Amino acid sequence: MSVLHCADLSVATLQTLLSAKLAQAPAFFLQAPIVLNLNDINQIPDFVSLKSLFTELKLVLVGVTAANPEQKAAAHAAGLAVLQAPKANVKAREPAPAMPPATSAATSSAGVAAVAATMDSKVVEQTVRSGQQIYAKGTDLIVKGAVGAGAEVIADGNIHIYGSLRGKAIAGANGDTSKRIYCYNLQAELVSIAGNYWLSDSLQGKFWGKSACIKMQDDSLVISELV
Amino acid sequence: MAKIIVVTSGKGGVGKTTSSAAIGTGLALAGHKTVIVDFDIGLRNLDLIMGCERRVVYDFVNVINGEANLKQTLIKDKRTDNLFILPASQTRDKDALTRDGVEKVLNELAKDFDFIICDSPAGIESGAMMALYFADEAVVVTNPEVSSVRDSDRILGMLSSKSRRAEQGLEGIKEHLLLTRYNPERVEKGEMLSVEDVKEILAIELVGVIPESQAVLNASNSGQPVILDKESDAGQAYLDTIKRLLGEQVPFRFLNVEKKGFMKRIFGG
Ligand SMILES: Nc1ncnc2c1ncn2[C@@H]1O[C@H](COP(=O)(O)OP(=O)(O)OP(=O)(O)O)[C@@H](O)[C@H]1O
Ligand SMILES: [Mg+2]
Repeated sequence: MSVLHCADLSVATLQTLLSAKLAQAPAFFLQAPIVLNLNDINQIPDFVSLKSLFTELKLVLVGVTAANPEQKAAAHAAGLAVLQAPKANVKAREPAPAMPPATSAATSSAGVAAVAATMDSKVVEQTVRSGQQIYAKGTDLIVKGAVGAGAEVIADGNIHIYGSLRGKAIAGANGDTSKRIYCYNLQAELVSIAGNYWLSDSLQGKFWGKSACIKMQDDSLVISELV
Repeated sequence: MAKIIVVTSGKGGVGKTTSSAAIGTGLALAGHKTVIVDFDIGLRNLDLIMGCERRVVYDFVNVINGEANLKQTLIKDKRTDNLFILPASQTRDKDALTRDGVEKVLNELAKDFDFIICDSPAGIESGAMMALYFADEAVVVTNPEVSSVRDSDRILGMLSSKSRRAEQGLEGIKEHLLLTRYNPERVEKGEMLSVEDVKEILAIELVGVIPESQAVLNASNSGQPVILDKESDAGQAYLDTIKRLLGEQVPFRFLNVEKKGFMKRIFGG
């Protein structure tokens, strides 16, 4: 997960800055999930315009971090998740990047998809604890334990949680709306697929405390029970 | 080989020092040579609960700085054989404990002792991290309420990522859940989480449940670890905890509201 630190979040400045970065390594950043760090800014950025700028540049703005209360409210209104600063404080093995098949041309967006398909899922053997964040880049995430309140699990692919989901789960982080979240017991603070998210209030009801699958259908999230 | 056990919680005031004193004393009573190390720099509660505050001459930081050796600094407990206390410093300098310094002292203690109990300060800052870094086992002290459980979850995350064992890729720290200040009446009324709730959320093995008890307050007022009050509920619950820590299977007690006895009912007790 990339975090963007920038003292000036005007659309014009970011456009120049990001375009320059993308020119250096276009394939690397294609549909990359990005979190904006608001630590150095006091005003409220125009999140809606920023979102469209990111989409235009084929990047995915997932959420913001280090936001003050007003910035948080504005981010929520613009459909962005408020996250803690990404940091790798869990010792989970990075999946070894599998070799792309020799026949696939590893260029353009088709190349990226081919690589994703051959990546091993990222497996977390233990419970993800409060304050921890796990990111499965370009692949699915499988958590054998629970995801605690205040913990965050993020994957470009699907997320499978075999314990309770009490924290935040963000699937399809690089914008893939076909990804899903499966959990054994739904008590989440937030679920998000490709940037569309629901907070815990919207999850209360029939599926709360049950095993559930969350997916995108006709531009909105839907929950169904696992059988 | 010495076992290093950290008593930790994240949240403050949940019973870490009370439990460190009880566990250290209990292990010594069971015949194991034990030292309790106070990592709570600047506060020094352990020596009050152990009733040895007037015998403190040198402290942990003095040993790290080479101003005193361990032999001069360790306080031998007057009541319990095999038991020693390494008091905390009252310095205001929170960075007085260095990782190299702590390691040197723990290594030296490990030569002489079977168990080293580290009484952690609250929080997840450097002091708490220092107390847990070298641990082989952890007793995670938790009260049956949401904020304490959340902080325990956080500390469990630290144990599995920020400890020496985690950083060196060794076998993980053995984690034990110690539920303290448990009040079955309030659990029944739904004002507190139940043992089952907490176990389900934290998903680690339960080593003990200590009831909320007047005996703990009496004990700390008289400077005597509650585990020595063998008649009391909390004392017995800590004795059970020691047996479980040492690998014995012991049924849990004090989990349910006590039914009023016949005599009490007659006299309206
Ligand atoms: N089982 C119990 N029943 C009643 N009171 C208790 C119990 N356990 C602890 N206490 C009381 O709770 C208070 C805090 O206990 P203690 O000092 O052991 O906590 P701590 O976690 O070490 O605190 P700190 O985070 O400040 O170091 C004390 O007043 C103690 O007497
Ligand atoms: Mg204490």
